[in-house]
Amino acid sequence: MSRLELRHVRKAFGRLDVLADISLSVGAGEFVSMLGPSGAGKSTLFQLLTGAQHGEGEMFFDGTPLDDHGRHFAFMPQRDALMPWRRILDNTTLGLEVQGIRRKAARARVAPLFAEFGLAGFERHFPAQLSGGMRQRAALLRTVVQERDMLLLDEPFGALDALTRTAMQRWLEQMWRRHRWTALLITHDVREAVFLSDRIYVLSARPACIVREIKVPLPRPRSLGGADALQTSAIEAEILDILLNPEPNPHSSKGHDHD
Amino acid sequence: MISVGLLLLAWELYATYSGIKSTTLPAPSRVFEQAMLNREALVDNAIPTIRATLIGFAFSLSAAFALSMLVDFFRPLRRALFPVFIVSQTLPLVAIAPLVVLWFGFGLMPKIMLVALVTFFPMLVALVQGYEATEAEIGQMLRAMGAGRWRVFLLARLPSALPYFFAGLRISITYAVVGAIFAEYAGAAKGLGIYMLNAKNNFRPDLVLAAVGVSAALTLTLFGLTVLLQRLAMPWERAAGQHPAGTGPWR
Ligand SMILES: Nc1ncnc2c1ncn2[C@@H]1O[C@H](COP(=O)(O)OP(=O)(O)OP(=O)(O)O)[C@@H](O)[C@H]1O
Ligand SMILES: [Mg+2]
Repeated sequence: MSRLELRHVRKAFGRLDVLADISLSVGAGEFVSMLGPSGAGKSTLFQLLTGAQHGEGEMFFDGTPLDDHGRHFAFMPQRDALMPWRRILDNTTLGLEVQGIRRKAARARVAPLFAEFGLAGFERHFPAQLSGGMRQRAALLRTVVQERDMLLLDEPFGALDALTRTAMQRWLEQMWRRHRWTALLITHDVREAVFLSDRIYVLSARPACIVREIKVPLPRPRSLGGADALQTSAIEAEILDILLNPEPNPHSSKGHDHD
Repeated sequence: MISVGLLLLAWELYATYSGIKSTTLPAPSRVFEQAMLNREALVDNAIPTIRATLIGFAFSLSAAFALSMLVDFFRPLRRALFPVFIVSQTLPLVAIAPLVVLWFGFGLMPKIMLVALVTFFPMLVALVQGYEATEAEIGQMLRAMGAGRWRVFLLARLPSALPYFFAGLRISITYAVVGAIFAEYAGAAKGLGIYMLNAKNNFRPDLVLAAVGVSAALTLTLFGLTVLLQRLAMPWERAAGQHPAGTGPWR
């Protein structure tokens, strides 16, 4: 039974076709990634899901049309979107405050999670006083404490250096195993997608459509190297091949129909 | 500080040794001496100026704030109103000040109006621009959390505007003093402006300069206050200057 289901979703900004035809689904407790070139329209899809933009096509959550925006999703934007003027603790309670929970109660709910997210001792710091990796974990904490039905993560580790990113990916995989969030992750990092996901949708360049759906049957906990290294790299190679040798985009208006 | 000292020294030397008459260019030492001798009159005339500046500025600040919110919530208003405000900024103060005094008399009212006129638009622009500087992602995220427009305004747009607000405040507060003095120059019972005018007419450039010194001190004080206020209102700005914490599990 899929929780989120999109059927033939399209979106254009004026004359710019961004999403040509997106159909996808995410099951309960499933970690799904969307992988695609920069500028394909991945963030735009999240804008549609969160109600910031409106497009065509059908979007369902638990079988009912998605019109009551802001109920089902906890959204983590591409940049961490921490408020510079709020201390980390108050940044992480933001979603709860908006839900109408008293500040004190919200803090009590978030505080025990700081250790798990590697932020213990930094509750009273301002975002500018944190490293990039810590900021991303704070943003993630702000997202998951909302306890919504599903996480929407837009390139949560895109801005990090390779080493920190790998550490964060391992950390997130571990967190996911413990909590089993239903999650849709945007990334353009092939290894990240394979490492974290149960399934991967590969998107074409703009106007985006889904060119391939790839299952990742690797056992969890996932590891770098080890017994599954061969299978892992086979999947990664398959995805890279799709991305680097795109079939002609059937939705592209700039076809080669003239001599 | 050093540059100001050097300038005063050069001025002092020139005034003393060039043979120029002290009724044309008084030396700083004479200005200071006269300022001390006339300090009661100077203070007496500074008070109405300070009052006009502060009341006028408070007035224009409230108006700018109210209107900035209105414009932020009803975008079409912006296009309708901004041309009017821009025109208000092109009015030359020299021409407007005597007219406003003519219409509203020698009291406090025309001063407040002129101070408001010169400070209102910079503050409005600063605020509106500040709201616009809100990170789009923060707005999108708040709406996804279920926040309405008013919530988004309070939680994100207003705090985002603070740096712009204070930048505008620093500029406007200096305009405000100039505006008040100009208004008094055009006609007033008391005030630094009318004091300067009278001193000039009595061939006392030393007293004109003493009054200029007082107004400069006033402007600097107000400027300093805005800087202090900003420090207090935006503690995260200073935090950002400190070293980022580097002791997390993964740097
Ligand atoms: N609000 C908007 N108005 C007009 N055009 C937009 C808007 N938002 C996005 N676009 C355009 O849509 C296209 C896709 O943008 P989007 O941010 O979805 O890409 P992306 O796949 O997330 O890229 P990246 O991986 O670099 O983040 C871009 O060409 C962008 O200019
Ligand atoms: Mg994006």
